[in-house]
Amino acid sequence: MFGLNRRDTRFLLIVIALTLLTPFILQPFPEGSALAQFNAGYPDLMQRIAIFGIFAIGFNILFGLTGYLSFGHAAFLGVGSYAVVWMYKLLDYNVLPGLVLAIVTSGLFALAIGYLSLRRSGIYFSILTLAFAQMSFNLAYSVLTPITNGETGLQVYTSDPQILLGENEPNVPHLFGLAMNESYKLELGGWVFTFNVGYYFTAVIAILAFYLSLRIFRSPFGMMLRAVKSNQTRLHYTGVNPRPYTLAAFVISGMYAGLAGGLLAAMDPLAGAERMQWTESGAVVIMTILGGAGTLMGPVLGAGFIKYLEKIFSKINENILEGWFAFLPEGMREVVVWVLSRFTGEGWALTLGLMFMLVVIFLPGGLMEGGRRIAALFRRRPETGKDDSAPGGAPAE
Amino acid sequence: MGILEVKNVNKHFGGLHALKDVNLSVQENSLHAIIGPNGAGKSTLLNVLVGKLVPDTGSVMFDGQSVLGRKPHEINQMGIARVFQTPEIFGDLSVLENVLIPCFAKRDGAFRMHAFETVENEAGLREHAEEVLADVNMLDKRHHSAASLSRGDKRRLEMAMCLVQNPRLLLLDEPTAGMARANTNRTIDLLKDIHARRDITMVIIEHDMHVVFSLAQRITVLAQGTPLVEDTPENIKGHPKVKEAYLGETQQV
Ligand SMILES: Nc1ncnc2c1ncn2[C@@H]1O[C@H](COP(=O)(O)OP(=O)(O)OP(=O)(O)O)[C@@H](O)[C@H]1O
Ligand SMILES: [Mg+2]
Repeated sequence: MFGLNRRDTRFLLIVIALTLLTPFILQPFPEGSALAQFNAGYPDLMQRIAIFGIFAIGFNILFGLTGYLSFGHAAFLGVGSYAVVWMYKLLDYNVLPGLVLAIVTSGLFALAIGYLSLRRSGIYFSILTLAFAQMSFNLAYSVLTPITNGETGLQVYTSDPQILLGENEPNVPHLFGLAMNESYKLELGGWVFTFNVGYYFTAVIAILAFYLSLRIFRSPFGMMLRAVKSNQTRLHYTGVNPRPYTLAAFVISGMYAGLAGGLLAAMDPLAGAERMQWTESGAVVIMTILGGAGTLMGPVLGAGFIKYLEKIFSKINENILEGWFAFLPEGMREVVVWVLSRFTGEGWALTLGLMFMLVVIFLPGGLMEGGRRIAALFRRRPETGKDDSAPGGAPAE
Repeated sequence: MGILEVKNVNKHFGGLHALKDVNLSVQENSLHAIIGPNGAGKSTLLNVLVGKLVPDTGSVMFDGQSVLGRKPHEINQMGIARVFQTPEIFGDLSVLENVLIPCFAKRDGAFRMHAFETVENEAGLREHAEEVLADVNMLDKRHHSAASLSRGDKRRLEMAMCLVQNPRLLLLDEPTAGMARANTNRTIDLLKDIHARRDITMVIIEHDMHVVFSLAQRITVLAQGTPLVEDTPENIKGHPKVKEAYLGETQQV
């Protein structure tokens, strides 16, 4: 089905089911219970996970398959956001035209930056992409103020043309009248589940983005990209020109980034230069490596993990910790709370840093490798003759 | 006129004159060996033929067309394939994928945006790749990762990667180096068989005289960057200049 073999079709269906059921899966604890603060089934968080999942899936096509490590993909994220807000300003709050423009402009932008950066490989390539992205950030911040509204950031004003704006059209981002911020709350026993238009819109796009990446992984094009990573010399003497392949991968991943940036502006109709900062570029690198570069699910997992830490861990302050450890004697409690509070609240990045270090050192294949190792422990039975229909060591899910 | 014509090629590495007025003519469908002591310039000559190096002077014609100034992938697309002295394979990929990539390169050219096709559905290419893997006796290892192969298997895999493209000219740089005697003999038989069954010209660089004399129809002796003699194996065997070239080497060692 969908041009996939049986194993991949099943895999895709599982991914679709998990994505659509996320509002349940991330809300395991009843409202008001002590653990409720670990719930993550909020529209805002779920949508962010899906968006950064898309960003990382695209980034993985470049980094995971070809091994070219770009440190400048935030530039495309920013371009996507600006494109969408501009469409809000010129046409109306319908998100579709903006998203199309976001993909097109970030693709063109990636073509230019990729064409120049791919003249070098390894660390020089990384530095070049970083330089281009910082240049874009600075331009967006200062010189290009007429387009980007500089420091303030681009937003919609009542004086904007919005030529397609209808009488009863919602005054927030929407899809043909269906407002992105509309939610339906379902109360079941002690649980509250939220179904949000914005999340489901993003989820459908994320599923499409995932499907596309799956097809690329299984295609001759994807195999060539892995060959680029493995041995470019051999590729040359095999009659293949690696340059257009890497450029195509760069542009595709740039378009994914642009789409993600556009979706950020569909959540919140704003676009600022800080979205192009190197920290965003670094974040997608960390997501991809943490989850497992070169695997299909890894980047999504990494994105989810980091966004979860960022939102949930950062909420755990000293008061909450005091509450948890109230059973400890006075002096001991203070020590425990002091230590733990370094890793929670504003210190969430420290937890992330530690986790990242541990993963890179002990699980070079990322969380996906961790999952595989655990699965292997349970399987006991040694692997017998691999499925003959799969072309060899196709990268694992 | 041979299928490969090398005329007055010179190549310097700084002060080292690595190739000195090299002239070489290889006849179509022949099996031509190049021998010579270490550092004679044999690999350098192959590098010139495949576009890895550009000579300072001279010309290299393949089938009436100049290869000079062309990129390695363009030269491969003209029908020249090369086995390296240290195997160049795709270590991260499976053995079958290693052989499929040259198949795709041959069919689709230097670049094609085949992102919406599926490798698995290419039954024709896969069959062809498996045939060639069977030829080099590696079909049972097709799902192994290429990096996990023994050195001899890597060489045979690289040979399969070249053969699967049906090249018109196959360049082999010491294809049996590091192989056990039994494997060497198998490789000799394999090369003989390939040569008998296809329209293919082979240029083989070899130190092992057993291999050279079992295979070659013509032999060129290269020493210090210059061809000393070119002749049939029978005439090369007793040639005084050849003895001198090799003796010179043993004295240095
Ligand atoms: N890229 C290079 N830069 C500088 N010198 C080189 C380069 N390639 C080869 N040489 C030198 O040129 C000479 C010829 O080298 P080449 O590799 O062609 O010898 P060879 O005949 O293949 O020897 P062997 O039998 O050991 O493989 C050697 O002295 C070598 O050190
Ligand atoms: Mg050599």
